[in-house]
Amino acid sequence: MDVIEAIGLRKDFTVRVKAGRLRRRRRTVSAVNGVDLRVARGEMLGYIGPNGAGKSTTLKMLTGVLTPSGGDARVCGMVPVAQRTRLALRIGVVFGQRSQLWWDLPLGESFALLRHVYRVPPGDHAARLRRCRSLLDLDAFLDTPVRQLSLGQRMRGELTAALLHGPEVLFLDEPTIGLDVVSKQAVRSFLSALGASGDTTLVLTTHDLADIERLCRRLVVIDHGRVVHDGTIDALRERYGSRRRVLVDLDEPLESAPVLPGANLKASEGEGRRLEYELESATAGEVIARLAGLGALRDVSIVEPDIEDVVARLYTSR
Amino acid sequence: MADLRARPYWALFRGHARGQMSYRVSFAVDLVTNVSATALDVFTVLVLFGVTHTLGGFELREALVINTLAACGFALADLAVGNIEKIKVYVRTGLFDALLVRPLGALRQLLLMDMPIRKLSRGLFSVTVYAVALRLAPVDWTPARAWLAVAAPLGAVAFFAAVFVCTASVAFWWTDSGEVGNAFTYGGRDFTSYPVSVYSGWFRSLFAYGLGFAFVAYYPALVLLGRSDPLGLPSWVGWLAPLVSLPATAVAALVWRAGVRHYASTGS
Repeated sequence: MDVIEAIGLRKDFTVRVKAGRLRRRRRTVSAVNGVDLRVARGEMLGYIGPNGAGKSTTLKMLTGVLTPSGGDARVCGMVPVAQRTRLALRIGVVFGQRSQLWWDLPLGESFALLRHVYRVPPGDHAARLRRCRSLLDLDAFLDTPVRQLSLGQRMRGELTAALLHGPEVLFLDEPTIGLDVVSKQAVRSFLSALGASGDTTLVLTTHDLADIERLCRRLVVIDHGRVVHDGTIDALRERYGSRRRVLVDLDEPLESAPVLPGANLKASEGEGRRLEYELESATAGEVIARLAGLGALRDVSIVEPDIEDVVARLYTSR
Repeated sequence: MADLRARPYWALFRGHARGQMSYRVSFAVDLVTNVSATALDVFTVLVLFGVTHTLGGFELREALVINTLAACGFALADLAVGNIEKIKVYVRTGLFDALLVRPLGALRQLLLMDMPIRKLSRGLFSVTVYAVALRLAPVDWTPARAWLAVAAPLGAVAFFAAVFVCTASVAFWWTDSGEVGNAFTYGGRDFTSYPVSVYSGWFRSLFAYGLGFAFVAYYPALVLLGRSDPLGLPSWVGWLAPLVSLPATAVAALVWRAGVRHYASTGS
């Protein structure tokens, strides 16, 4: 069964643009313009796109914050806005800039209050909190008021806050934005463990593609309010032509760089001692085998395309 | 069941109250200064009677009943829902999102999470002043009048609360609404604080009957004081006046719901 179903989801905003000294013209902008999305239980979905593409707006419609201008959405079988409070018991939300914690209270007290807000049985609450405490290293700052926490500490607190009621779906809007490397790693490995257990469906938006590579098999790319790619990361690479490359170092330079079927020569350096091929239809093994037949190979490496290049190409091609 | 449903809100309130207490000194100072607001209202009436002997046909003791009834209703409504004015900030910054993802009603959350406990002193003071005004006024006490003396301030609280919610909801449509709503909340309170007979023309028609402010303090006070309306309405109007809070709260609830549906959030 699909936990999230969206069909033709749309959100229009009216903006007033300056037209002359005092006059304002009203203009309708579609932030989300017909998004279809199905997410199965236990999936980990990366939802990416450039600034203003409609990522956050989509998430807000799925969580019942914004009323869609058109289309249908169902999350856990419920209509988000109409059944907002019931849905809220079954989903968790981490919006980077919108804290669920009490600013002036120690972190631990926020967790205790959230138990009542979500009406969680004490036993379940304690078990989930214990798990988060050990996985996210919360103990050192559990007694610190939230206003005094570092960004990384607070984000770990927010993640815990969103999970204490055992949600079926966790929505994360930019969970690693602004975090240092260590905190990013902590958040990623936590989410990865959470996703691996298979009970929680994860939907995250991010600008940090390392998040996606680390966490999500499935990637949905949105631009100008429309889905432009929905599939695996490999399928995206395939489709947008960023390919793996084979780099070989030869003992003796070849007189002329060989032309190989199914691969393009991209570079030849050091008088032909180092060759770089981009793989098209040939496999890395075929290319290496052919080159090995022409001369002794000193070193071989295979370079994976950077997902950032792929996505940059995708954004600019539109 | 009622207990189970109220508990999450009680938790919200506790969290907020504890947060407030973490700033002890400022809290104590606010408790004291808030009393002065109501004291000033009463003082204004006394000053007015320093220059005149009657106000719209009412002597000082009578005018004070109207004035303190209005002040009492307003101060308690301000305590309970006055901080809804902060909705402007929540809407402009998009913080309202955080309330909408919780399994609770947005309005109740907003009120409880930010309840100005420091205004408690003002609420208590205004109730005391109302009781004193009733004691001094020439009231011919009957069980029905005693009942009305309690129902009238409760109706006034509900009415002002509705006004607060309506005017604050403007922020959902007009983010830079600024102080526009205050013209009606504070303007309405000031209108209510004096006998309606001192006003005239379209202004009186609009505020007194169009928006219903005359039924908050003036008409109930007429019945309490055993006076007939100089403007000609029969006395049963005064007995039923507290009920005007019912349509007012219904309108407020509709406006609020429409506002939440219209909420546009912000980019993040």
